[in-house]
Amino acid sequence: MKLKTDSNLPAPDDFYETLIAMHRDLTDEQSQFVNARLILLLANHIGDPEALREAMDKARAEVGGP
Amino acid sequence: MLKTHSNPHFPYRRSPDQDSGEPTRHAVVIVGAGPVGLTLAIDLAQRGVSVVLLDDDDTVSVGSRAVCHAKRSLEILDRLGCGDEVVRRGVSWSVGKVFFHDRQIYAFNLLPEAGHHRPAFVNLQQYYFEELLLDRVSELPGIDLRWRHGVSEVVAADAGARLTVNTPDGEYQLDCDWLIACDGAKSPVRHALGLESRGQVFRDRFLIADVLMKADYPTERWFWFDPPFHPGQSTLLHRQADNVWRIDFQLGWDADPEVEKQPEKVLPRLKQMLGTREFDLEWVSVYTFTCRRMERFRHGRVFFAGDAAHQLSPFGARGANSGIQDADNLAWKLALVVQGSAPEALLETYSSERVQAADENILNSTRATDFITPKSAVSKVFRDATLSLAEHYPFARKLVNSGRLSQPTVYANSPLNTADLDGFVGAMIPGAPAADAPVESTRGYGWLLDALGGEFALLYYCGTADQLPRRIIEAITALARDELAIRVIVLTLPGSGLANPEGGEVLCDAEGLAAVRYDLRPGSCYLLRPDQHVCARWRWLDLEHIRKARARAIQASETA
Ligand SMILES: Cc1cc2nc3c(=O)[nH]c(=O)nc-3n(C[C@H](O)[C@H](O)[C@H](O)COP(=O)(O)OP(=O)(O)OC[C@H]3O[C@@H](n4cnc5c(N)ncnc54)[C@H](O)[C@@H]3O)c2cc1C
Repeated sequence: MKLKTDSNLPAPDDFYETLIAMHRDLTDEQSQFVNARLILLLANHIGDPEALREAMDKARAEVGGP
Repeated sequence: MLKTHSNPHFPYRRSPDQDSGEPTRHAVVIVGAGPVGLTLAIDLAQRGVSVVLLDDDDTVSVGSRAVCHAKRSLEILDRLGCGDEVVRRGVSWSVGKVFFHDRQIYAFNLLPEAGHHRPAFVNLQQYYFEELLLDRVSELPGIDLRWRHGVSEVVAADAGARLTVNTPDGEYQLDCDWLIACDGAKSPVRHALGLESRGQVFRDRFLIADVLMKADYPTERWFWFDPPFHPGQSTLLHRQADNVWRIDFQLGWDADPEVEKQPEKVLPRLKQMLGTREFDLEWVSVYTFTCRRMERFRHGRVFFAGDAAHQLSPFGARGANSGIQDADNLAWKLALVVQGSAPEALLETYSSERVQAADENILNSTRATDFITPKSAVSKVFRDATLSLAEHYPFARKLVNSGRLSQPTVYANSPLNTADLDGFVGAMIPGAPAADAPVESTRGYGWLLDALGGEFALLYYCGTADQLPRRIIEAITALARDELAIRVIVLTLPGSGLANPEGGEVLCDAEGLAAVRYDLRPGSCYLLRPDQHVCARWRWLDLEHIRKARARAIQASETA
């Protein structure tokens, strides 16, 4: 377990608000693009391949698919 | 259509083998005189192994294919006596630039350090490249090159193969102890033996155009993602010799190849890109790219090399470059086995080492193709997000993939390596291709790789010593006298007045770069295979260790 899954954000409500605000006035397409940029920036900041893989596995879990 | 080049047509010659009644037996037959077959023939001939080289055609590559010849290929060609010609005839480059929409997002340098003989790449049209190899072929004894001798049937046996060869005079048969198929992606030899090359075809099409123009572009690799002159697709520009420029336009899967090839379609496309520059069309073709390989590259006494063994998409310029490394890997091994100096087991490592290389090349080539041609909406979003970040942030430049350009494979897990006993840092691990460095000898300035040559070599570093211990001198002489000789290169720092010991040569590490690149301290030594890959290294010179490592590197039992 490399990935932190207990709360690690000092002010969770503030973060959530900022995240949603980031997308304000964007089309769905623009939001997708911004999300992708955000993921790439964060992934580089995290750097740890194990943590990243775990995060991807957890993100994908429960979504199903083929 | 070509204005700068016309294909030579080599005469068909009847061989005495066609009149001998019985099939004549040859030690080595190579099928296919493309870049790979020619390289292999030269390498084997230089090693004293005569070859018959069969080609069903009568000329060099028709039209435009490989352009970018990598540093390692040039170093191999140096060993084969044709590096200078290729470099002189072609255009050298090391810098690439990546554009997104209407602007440059970054530039990269594939060879940012000095002290190498060869540049990262030389661009030269494949037909010229083959012609230069053919010049070398004609200088060497031992290559029986037969144009318009096409192989139609192959029967493999324990002791070799029997070929049926088609000529303008009809069929004849040939026997050989060893057969090497360098007969290209469609490999008739592979088909004749019922073998397969498996992989994937990419669902995209590319228009490849060579244009003749006097352009002010620098000699660099330019790659555009989604440029204004070709919206939604990618474009690649390369300079070649004779003011010919290679342009690759991505077309998408739905494009009709026949329509796209028509001048009325191609010319407007080019004008969009080149604006008011005047140009002439030299060659156009539409390609779909494939990545695939055979499961093994050796089947008993039959070997496969180059496109016959593996096929790659051209992003990364890995096709011919990896084929030339196949030849480099196979030639010394086969020569030693044919000459009775190494057991047949050595040949199995041709397959294992080059399958590993093919996997590495296919992985790189597939990843580049996936980046250039995103397979889904979300992968396109990530691709464009990466490109948009790359303009501002260095981390994203590492994610952009417009082709990871050909690098030689490090045979890190090869059974021919002897594991390190001592600590070393840097890239020259067992299995790595030797790095170049400037050296100086009594003959003047030169390059380390030229000095290493094509035999087993030991690089021994003695720093500033102006005298070698007797033990070392004796070891050098002994290694030079072994049945499978090892030539010792004694590297010194500038100013040492060391004389050549018997069987060895003293070279000065003129700029101290060899010491850095190989992490050398006085006493350090490296054993190099005949293809200039490292196979063992130590912090001190020990005759028995060296002999054991050499035995391992030819898969001989250690007492041999
Ligand atoms: C558009 C494009 C761009 C490319 N760019 C690059 C690049 O920049 N750098 C790079 O390294 N690679 C590049 N490549 C790949 C490169 O062209 C090939 O990898 C290379 O030609 C393979 O060489 P080869 O000798 O294995 O096969 P080939 O060049 O295909 O030669 C095979 C030979 O075998 C002969 N032959 C076939 N059948 C028979 C038979 N039955 N009997 C006798 N002879 C036979 C043929 O006449 C031919 O001479 C590119 C390819 C394409 C299509």
